[in-house]
Amino acid sequence: MDRIPILQMGRNLLVTIQVDMQDQTAIRLQDDLSSKIEATGANGVLIDISALEIVDSFIGRMLASISGIARVLDATVVVVGMQPAVAITLVELGLSLDGVRTALNVERGMKQLTAAQDHDVDAGS
Amino acid sequence: MNTQNTALEALLKTDRDAIVDEWVAEFRVNLSKGNVTHLTTEARSVLDALAKGVAADGDPARFDTEAWSPLRDALEAVSASRAAQGSTSGETSRFVLASKKPLFDRLQATFTKDATALAGNLWWLSQLVDRAAQYTADAYQRTREDIINRQQQELLELSTPVVKLWDGVLAVPMIGTLDSARTQLVMETLLQRIVETGSELAIVDITGVPTVDTLVAQHLLKTVTAIRLMGADCIISGIRPQIAQTIVHLGIDLQGITTKATLADALSLALKQTGYVVTRPKAA
Amino acid sequence: MSTPDRDGSMALRNEQDIVMSRQTVRKLTQELKFSLVDQTKMITAASELSRNTVVYGGGGEMRWETVTNGVRQGLRLHFEDKGPGIPDMELALTDGWTSGKGMGVGLSGSRRLVNEFEIRSEVGVGTCVSITRWK
Repeated sequence: MDRIPILQMGRNLLVTIQVDMQDQTAIRLQDDLSSKIEATGANGVLIDISALEIVDSFIGRMLASISGIARVLDATVVVVGMQPAVAITLVELGLSLDGVRTALNVERGMKQLTAAQDHDVDAGS
Repeated sequence: MNTQNTALEALLKTDRDAIVDEWVAEFRVNLSKGNVTHLTTEARSVLDALAKGVAADGDPARFDTEAWSPLRDALEAVSASRAAQGSTSGETSRFVLASKKPLFDRLQATFTKDATALAGNLWWLSQLVDRAAQYTADAYQRTREDIINRQQQELLELSTPVVKLWDGVLAVPMIGTLDSARTQLVMETLLQRIVETGSELAIVDITGVPTVDTLVAQHLLKTVTAIRLMGADCIISGIRPQIAQTIVHLGIDLQGITTKATLADALSLALKQTGYVVTRPKAA
Repeated sequence: MSTPDRDGSMALRNEQDIVMSRQTVRKLTQELKFSLVDQTKMITAASELSRNTVVYGGGGEMRWETVTNGVRQGLRLHFEDKGPGIPDMELALTDGWTSGKGMGVGLSGSRRLVNEFEIRSEVGVGTCVSITRWK
């Protein structure tokens, strides 16, 4: 079973999903991310799905879960690079992924994370 | 090689040019379109291809075999050019059938003394030309369908262009009735362009859309949801008062989508949202 | 992976098979030259239904066949299991229905991704879902 690597960049974690994941792999990723957010005290998580040609309800729910878990752990998750065909299919499937932040690409995603973190700092949290 | 094909081969070898001329003349007797030079070239290419099939001892009853491949190609070329010129299917198959006369005449001349052989040869040839005419008619149909499909596609694409209004701002002016096929195409094109240009804002302008019912609203909603899923946002502009009334009346929930009455308003908002400020320098 | 035959079947026993079914349907839709969006929709539908078969049906198989309707070509997939069956079909096909782990979205969602959707199920006997996508 594949294990998706999680990279750390400052206060952010970076995940790039490039394989057609088995369900177990997705669950493993969710667990690994939760642990790592907690262990590193990361503020932000960037999940790059630009290589994913298929996002079904299982993966969709995993992304929503991770966003929720991260929020509880006081971190922001941004999912970047969703392919047009994937977006169209998700809409048709009926998954709107409410609560999951998205950005067009890594650059924009990082901007969002930085903005969120700056906001926290300003708010004096 | 069977006797019928042998006889045909001989004919085609010795008399090809004359046969072509008579064929073209026969066709034009029925006064159909086409200039002589063009028709002659086409007739010649068909006859040459037919000769190849005969030399390969092809069987007219099995027109899809390898032997008749050059003939099929030649016939397809003829029907394609006729279709493009606007000839009808009937004219196209009539053209092929007109080849019978010159060929029949010559077979008669060859087999005056042998009625049985003549009958056999005429039947063989008749079958062959009939098959060829049928094939041409079918090919014609396919070509017309291809042309129509391509035109429909082009029309669809032309009527929904995606334009870049500004850095990071795309716009799609929708014109005409929004049906499923149209909206799909717009959605796909728009999403693709959003990714390609890295634009964070798309303005869908429906000034040119006459009516918005629940179905249309659903289509629009799906488009906006997909755009948001990808990490961009969408403003719908061109909402006329009547449409606004319909939306409220039908109880359509726009789910927090920003709407603007005009494209200008939408652009103004888009610029603001992407951090631009428009100023007018003082006149000197 | 070599090109799958136009008609064929594969077992759906575990998670690896779910992945395999996606790859198989990808090859099939590519062979048939479906548009990218249509490919994605069909593969996603297959993924949902394969998962249902493995997780709720106790395993089963996916069968595929190329179909023609006049000049149109299409791909038909069947997902069959000998599992518990679906007691309340209407409920199962309602959006958002969950049987503990969310089979609902998969079933009703897949329906929207394809042109034809047929489901036969009998409690205690099994379930068969057939989906078709035309070019």
